[in-house]
Amino acid sequence: MSCESCKNELANELYAQLAKFIDELPEKRGALISVLHKAQSIFGYLPREVQIFVGKKLGVPVSQVYGVVSFYSFFTMIPKGKYPISVCLGTACYVRGADKVLDVFKRELGIEVGQTTADGKFSLDALRCVGACGLAPVVLVGEKVYGRIGTAEEVKKIIAEYQE
Amino acid sequence: MSDLKITIDGRETTVPAGATILEAAKTVGVHIPTLCHLDLHDTKMVNQAASCRICVVEVDGRRNLAPACATPVTDGMVVNTRSVKVLNARKVVLELLLSDHPKDCLVCEKSGKCELQDVAVKFGVREIKIGKDGAQSTYPVDESKAIVRDMDKCIMCRRCETMCNKVQTVGALSGINRGFNAVVSTAFEVDLEDSVCTHCGQCVAVCPTGALCEKEHAWDVVKHLADKDKVVVVQTAPAVRAALGEEFGMEAGTLVTGKMVAALRSLGFDYVFDTDFAADVTIMEEGAELVDRISRFKAGDTSVSLPILTSCCPAWVNFIESQFPDLLNIPSTARSPQQMFGAIAKNYFAEKYNIPREKMVVVSIMPCLAKKYEASRPEFNNDVDISISTRELAHLIKRANIDFNNLPEEDFDNPLGESTGASVIFGTTGGVIEAATRTAYEVITGETLGKVDFEELRGFEGVRSATIKVGDMDLNIGIAHGLGNARELLEEIRGGNPRNFHAIEIMACPGGCIGGGGQPYHHGDTEILKKRQAAIYTEDRNKTIRKSHENPFVKELYANYYEKPMSHKAHSQLHTHYEEKDRV
Repeated sequence: MSCESCKNELANELYAQLAKFIDELPEKRGALISVLHKAQSIFGYLPREVQIFVGKKLGVPVSQVYGVVSFYSFFTMIPKGKYPISVCLGTACYVRGADKVLDVFKRELGIEVGQTTADGKFSLDALRCVGACGLAPVVLVGEKVYGRIGTAEEVKKIIAEYQE
Repeated sequence: MSDLKITIDGRETTVPAGATILEAAKTVGVHIPTLCHLDLHDTKMVNQAASCRICVVEVDGRRNLAPACATPVTDGMVVNTRSVKVLNARKVVLELLLSDHPKDCLVCEKSGKCELQDVAVKFGVREIKIGKDGAQSTYPVDESKAIVRDMDKCIMCRRCETMCNKVQTVGALSGINRGFNAVVSTAFEVDLEDSVCTHCGQCVAVCPTGALCEKEHAWDVVKHLADKDKVVVVQTAPAVRAALGEEFGMEAGTLVTGKMVAALRSLGFDYVFDTDFAADVTIMEEGAELVDRISRFKAGDTSVSLPILTSCCPAWVNFIESQFPDLLNIPSTARSPQQMFGAIAKNYFAEKYNIPREKMVVVSIMPCLAKKYEASRPEFNNDVDISISTRELAHLIKRANIDFNNLPEEDFDNPLGESTGASVIFGTTGGVIEAATRTAYEVITGETLGKVDFEELRGFEGVRSATIKVGDMDLNIGIAHGLGNARELLEEIRGGNPRNFHAIEIMACPGGCIGGGGQPYHHGDTEILKKRQAAIYTEDRNKTIRKSHENPFVKELYANYYEKPMSHKAHSQLHTHYEEKDRV
C-alpha cells in the first residue's frame, strides 16, 4: 500500500462506499449526524475533504458540517493511531488512580488526550466506564482489555508490547 | 383560530393565536428588552434562538421564567414583565453576559449603536459582580477586506448565523464547538476570505454588538485629502443619499443629496462626482448586451445565454462564483457602477484633465461592504482606491466639525456628476432592471416611452416577475433581492428556465442597496428600508432626465472616447469576467 495510486484507489473506494450510503438514505434532510457516523466508521476519522464531501452530497453548508463535527466529542478530525489506547476514567477506575495511569501514557507517548503520535502508531483517549470495574483501573488497546494497571512500569510494558 | 386573551402587567388584550408574549406586550405599550431576538418581517428573517434570556417574564402558574420572544400566548395567560423576580433574573443574565464581554466600549466601533450597551444603559448597571477575575473567552480577530470578526464580543445570539444561512443561504457561518469554546465561525475556522462568505455585510447589519464590524478605511481617506500632491475624486452610490441623513438625526427617507455634496466638498475632495453617472453608463453597456442577446435569440441563434443577469452587486457576483459556477456564462459582463466609475475616472477623465494616474485617488462612498472587497479584486487594477460605507462617511463629516443639518445644498461637479432618474433607482430592488428597460425599450422599438415608470417592477416581495411588452416581444423579467431569493431563481434557471425569463435583476441585500451592509443600522425596523425606497423613487421623479441614454455627458463620453457601447475600448475598461471560486 505504499504507492500513491494504490492509496488513491483505496480512498476512491472509501468515498464510493460513503456515497452509496448517502444515496440510499430514504431522506437526506436531518441525516447529517448519521452520515458523519458512517463516514467516521469508513475513514477512521473526519478530515476536511470528507466533511466537504458530506456537505456537498447532502446540500448542507460545510460550516454546519464542521459545526456538528466540532460539537460532538465522538467525532474526530485527527486519525486514530494503529493502536488506539483508551484509559477508563469512570468512577471505579478513577478512585483507583486512573488519572495517574493516563498521565504516564501522556508522558511516555508525548501526546495529549485526543492526539496521535507522529509515527501514527498510538492515539490516546479517555473514556467513561467500560463495564469492567472489577479490573479497575482499566486500559484498552484496540479491543484488548488490560486490567489492574497500577504502576508506570506496567504502562511501559503495554506500550512495549506494540513496539515492533 | 380565534383570538387569545392575555393580561400583561395588569393590562388586558387579545392577540391572534401563534403570537408570542413579546408581540402581545408591544400591543399594550410594554417594551420587553431583547438581544438575540430579531424579526425582520419583510425578509423572512426571524431569529428566535431564545439564547440570551434577557426577555424573561413571569407567567402565572408556570414554575420557571419564560422567554417572551419564543413563548406563544395561551388563552387567559397572565404575565408580569417587571416583578422583582423578573428584574433580578434579568440583571443576573445581563451581568453574566457582560462578565464575558470586553469592557472596551470607548474604543469599540459599535459604541453608541450597540444593543448590548443599550440594555446595560437601560438597566443602569453600575458594577459587574460576576466573574470579576474570571478568564474571558478569547479568539483570534479575523479581518477580511470588508468585515472584521472579533468574536470576543460575541454574545452567541446567532443572528448572524440565521442571516447567513436562512436569509442569504450563503452558509459561511455556523456555531461550532461546545461550552465555553462555543463560537460562531466558518468551516474549519478558516478566514472569512477563504470561506464562501460573499461579504454582503448583512451579518454586520444585524449583529447586536461589536463582534461583527466593517473594515474601516476612513482614515486612509483623510490622509489622501491632506496630501497636496494627490487629486482626490469621490463618487457616491445612489442609496447613500437616501440614508445618510439618519446618521444626523433626520427622519428615515430624507433625501440629502445636496447636503452630502456640500459636505464632501467641504471635506476637501477635489472632484465630487456621482456613481449614478457610471450607473447610466452601466445601462448603456448592460442594455446593449441585453439587446444584443435578445436580437440574436430572436434571429434563431440557439447559443445565446438567456436570461441575462445583472452584475452590479458585488456580493451577488461573489455568490454566483462560489455557489453556481455552472451558470457563470449568464451574468452580464458589465462591471458594477463603482468599478465603471473607477475605470472612467482613471482613463477618460484623467486623460481629459491631464491628471497622471498615480496622482489620482478614487474614493467611493457605498452603502455596501462587499464593495470594499470588489475594489480590491486584482482584475480591477486599483481603479477604485478606497471604498468607505455610508456610516464611515457620516463619521468623517462629524469628525471634520461640519454642521451637516445646516449645510446649503450643492450640485455635483461635471462631467462625471451628471445623472438621470434611471441611475438613481439602482439603489433599490427592481431599479436596475427598470432603468435597463427604459433604455432597451427605446432602442429595440425606436419609439419614445410615454411613461417611464414601470410600476410592475417595483415592490418589496423577495421574488417578483413581470412581463413587459416591448414592440412585438414579451420581455419576461425576474427580480430577486436577498441571496436566498436569488438562489430560488437560480435553481429555477438551472432547471431549464421554465418561466422563460429574458432578464433577471439580483441584489444581495434585502431591499437592494438601500438595505446594504454599510448603511446606518436599522435595528430590525424594516419600515426604514421602505422609507429609503420611497426616497429613491422621489429622487427619480424629480430628475428632468430619466433615461440613461439621454444623459448628455454619457453621450459625450461615447462620442469622444468609447465610440459605442461594447466597443473594443469599452470592453477592456468597462467589462469583466467571472471565475469559479472553490471555497468552504
